[in-house]
Amino acid sequence: MQVSMNINGEPITADIEARKLLVHFIREDAGLRGTHWGCDTSNCGTCTVWVDGEAVKSCTVLAAQADGHEVRTVEGLEGADGLDPVQQGFIECHGLQCGFCTPGMLMTARWFLDRNPSPTKDEIREAISGQICRCTGYKNIVDAIHWAAEHPRTNEVTA
Amino acid sequence: MTAVEEVPLSPAGNPIGFGNMKRVEDQRFVRGHGNYVDDVSLPGMVHGAILRSPFAHARINGIDTSRAEQLPGVLAVITGKVLEGIPRPDLLGDNFAWMPTLSYDTQAVLATDKVRFQGQEVAFVIATDRYIAKDALELIDVDYEPLEPVMDAKRAMEPGAPIIRDDKGQQDNSITDVHGHKDWESGNAIGTAEAIAAAQADPDCVVVTQEVMYPRVHPAPMETCGSVAFLDKVTGQLTLYTTSQAPHAHRTVYAMVAGLPEHKIRVISPDIGGGFGNKVGIYPGYVLSIVGSIVTGKPVKWMEDRNENLTSTSFARDYHMTGTIAATKEGKILAVDVDVLADHGAFNGVAQPTNYPAGFFHIFSGSYDYPNAHCKVTPVYTNKAPGGVAYACSFRITEAVYLIERLVDCLAAELGMDPAELRLKNLLRPEQFPYTSPTGWVYDSGQYENTMRLALEMADYDQLRREQAEKRARGEYMGIGLSFFTEGVGAGPRKDMDILGLGMADGIELRVHPTGKAVLRLSVQSQGQAHETTYAQIVAHELGIPPEDIEVVHGDTDQTPFGLGTYGSRSTPVSGAAAAVVSRKVKDKARQIAAAALECSPDDLEWQLGQWHVKGDPERAKTIQEIALLSHGSLELPDGVEGHLEATTVYNPPNLTYPYGCYVCVVDVDPGTGQVKVRRFIAVDDCGTRINPMVVEGQVHGGIADGIGMALMELIAFDEDGNCLGGSFMDYLLPTSMECPDYELGETVTPSPHHPIGAKGVGESATVGSPPAVVNAVIDAISPFGVRHADMPLTPANVWRAIQGRPVRVDMAVE
Repeated sequence: MQVSMNINGEPITADIEARKLLVHFIREDAGLRGTHWGCDTSNCGTCTVWVDGEAVKSCTVLAAQADGHEVRTVEGLEGADGLDPVQQGFIECHGLQCGFCTPGMLMTARWFLDRNPSPTKDEIREAISGQICRCTGYKNIVDAIHWAAEHPRTNEVTA
Repeated sequence: MTAVEEVPLSPAGNPIGFGNMKRVEDQRFVRGHGNYVDDVSLPGMVHGAILRSPFAHARINGIDTSRAEQLPGVLAVITGKVLEGIPRPDLLGDNFAWMPTLSYDTQAVLATDKVRFQGQEVAFVIATDRYIAKDALELIDVDYEPLEPVMDAKRAMEPGAPIIRDDKGQQDNSITDVHGHKDWESGNAIGTAEAIAAAQADPDCVVVTQEVMYPRVHPAPMETCGSVAFLDKVTGQLTLYTTSQAPHAHRTVYAMVAGLPEHKIRVISPDIGGGFGNKVGIYPGYVLSIVGSIVTGKPVKWMEDRNENLTSTSFARDYHMTGTIAATKEGKILAVDVDVLADHGAFNGVAQPTNYPAGFFHIFSGSYDYPNAHCKVTPVYTNKAPGGVAYACSFRITEAVYLIERLVDCLAAELGMDPAELRLKNLLRPEQFPYTSPTGWVYDSGQYENTMRLALEMADYDQLRREQAEKRARGEYMGIGLSFFTEGVGAGPRKDMDILGLGMADGIELRVHPTGKAVLRLSVQSQGQAHETTYAQIVAHELGIPPEDIEVVHGDTDQTPFGLGTYGSRSTPVSGAAAAVVSRKVKDKARQIAAAALECSPDDLEWQLGQWHVKGDPERAKTIQEIALLSHGSLELPDGVEGHLEATTVYNPPNLTYPYGCYVCVVDVDPGTGQVKVRRFIAVDDCGTRINPMVVEGQVHGGIADGIGMALMELIAFDEDGNCLGGSFMDYLLPTSMECPDYELGETVTPSPHHPIGAKGVGESATVGSPPAVVNAVIDAISPFGVRHADMPLTPANVWRAIQGRPVRVDMAVE
């Protein structure tokens, strides 16, 4: 079947099997390798992207379900003015080690801060509780998102 | 909480030396520009998928691949029979169906005669697309004849138990043929037995025996294992992109196993999404991707799915330990004796130094001063996945520390003594270092009491005990758990330590370019440890070159010198030392060149960070950058001094390094539900010199989370039919942000006397030290119910059962 979507504002159309997962479409058809695959069961969250501005786990969404929708991935976070504060926050607070969970963490973090710009650390912990990180023990990720909350972004990214 | 020596800052604001520095690696990772194995895409690449056994133990009477071969898009289906037909010209086996493990055992690449664990590799499909490859697996018909599975190490040792390794002509399930090590024993058996017998007879002494299981867990890095192999038939070059913590060692093993010329093999480990020991071993999937490329002539990618990762690749632990500790009633430890039943799964695939078949488990005497210790380890085969040394275990020091720290708490309970007081009475004293342990380890340095007192002070231990007493009086159950651990890391001295005959020394190469920028080429392999940042800091510390001017190259055997890789916390102790030594070689050469340029004797020069200058005349100086240009220029050099500014070295560590620490965990337990909440976690680590304290603390954070996971949640269990019950993240529970507290870290710094920069390594410290702190806290909380021990994971159900006095075997789904 043919599907079309915008990914990070760029249109893409491809002929795919109906069963193709969105994570594989993003990685293989759109060639955006920043979105990772980690578990198959929606537990780890490294595949998190936005569909129409909502954070979703792309290993559990069919590419066909995103047909006609707006998708945003980690590659779409950086704007003309530089890194999004969540990206900068992860650098400032040592919020990553191997980097594999980071794209999903960043997408969830930005989605969350857009809805709760001044969260408590407990609220941040709850927001990322669907994302697994094996390296950091989460403390620095929480700090990184808190840092980002204190540094509002200048790039406006929608969807 | 980190004391950092003031060092000058570079133009980019980075420390020219040790101190907090933001990671070079982060720039690509936060943009989604990392390059992991699954991101590799080669022209014409096809995809492999593995058919795995649904049975833990079954005879294979036949495999019909014809339907799979007919599926459009399928290029080839490879079975064990196919591999048996490919002769292999080496001493390790005669065909490709079997491969050597890192422990001198054999492991089936694809099963031929029997399957020996659920998830074992049975057939390999190569197809144009990963979905088609998986479809084809469904079309392979295997005629299995189920056999009785052996899922319990105790059952494996019983007379009449099914023989798992009949392929080797075994008459039982014991592992006895590991490189001649029939005896997995260490310490003084007679002295320890006599000391325990004497204590038993002495009314002023106590003897406590406790069975302690460290159940099977899995490292579960976020990135699963995989590879992309391409054998170019024209050039004969094999390029293998792979998730390897040890690319050089892997290349040599592939050369030995496949009979391929080593100079025609290039192993590339790009960015690795976490390792924790999961990516040390060589898995059948890697070999199959190579075979697949040989068969199809195309690049073949194989990536595990999560179920494959959890059920077939390197597990950790599975140690059934019984410890006996003897002490005086005043709390002076006299002796410890340990008996271990070690479950190695279906193939002995542990990755550890040859002379250490039970790893470094015999460091179990721990951080305490007593003369008599002895352990005996009995390794057995079961119908479980192979592996055993993984999950940041420091070659099984994790098991050792867990055992001794649980025993000390059991002893404290028996004596009615505070566990902190008991530890303080027995800790090694500073004047005892270097200290030779009763099982032969030579601890390099330590000021244990200082470290412990800092941890107790940070925790406000006495206040916690008062709070606990008040809460108990009103029926609330909080627990305070301690652990004190000593690790031996940085394997290791080559006269003692090798893996498959490869000595555990590491090469390194440093070149300073004419303009004073430098490239450092490492043998070790980051999986998140920030080598690109911290190794530049080591060179900066030694030479004064700004770290941003130093490129660190790793992960490509064509680009880097030989070495054994990153695991067992060995990078900083071994390769980090190499980085300092090679920098000093360059500095010595720079001195000769500076002397020639300044027309003086090298002896007249003194070093000030970044330059050589004439003693007493700092104006007459040459910076390292100026010297780099001079070394490439037309300056007449003294006899014996070659042009260019570069050096290589191979670092052979004289001893292990011995990082240590003291951890305090505070938990609240709901006795009605068994729910445990980790409220606080205080960690004071002494890993010697800290190159980048931010990175050290990050590694400690991660290790504490591992410990909380293992203590409370993580478990690879099996049912009696051999089904793995931890095959997905729905069942294998990892800690999330909700289970982990805001860690409180402290530090003491006792440099290693034999390491060039005094660093000891820290990668596994917290994973080793934190599980006993959490378990001791939970047991402390529920001790009013008469509980002295309960096995991990302390899930709500297991805590509740312990409180009810009805504990069960946690590793088996049978009551």
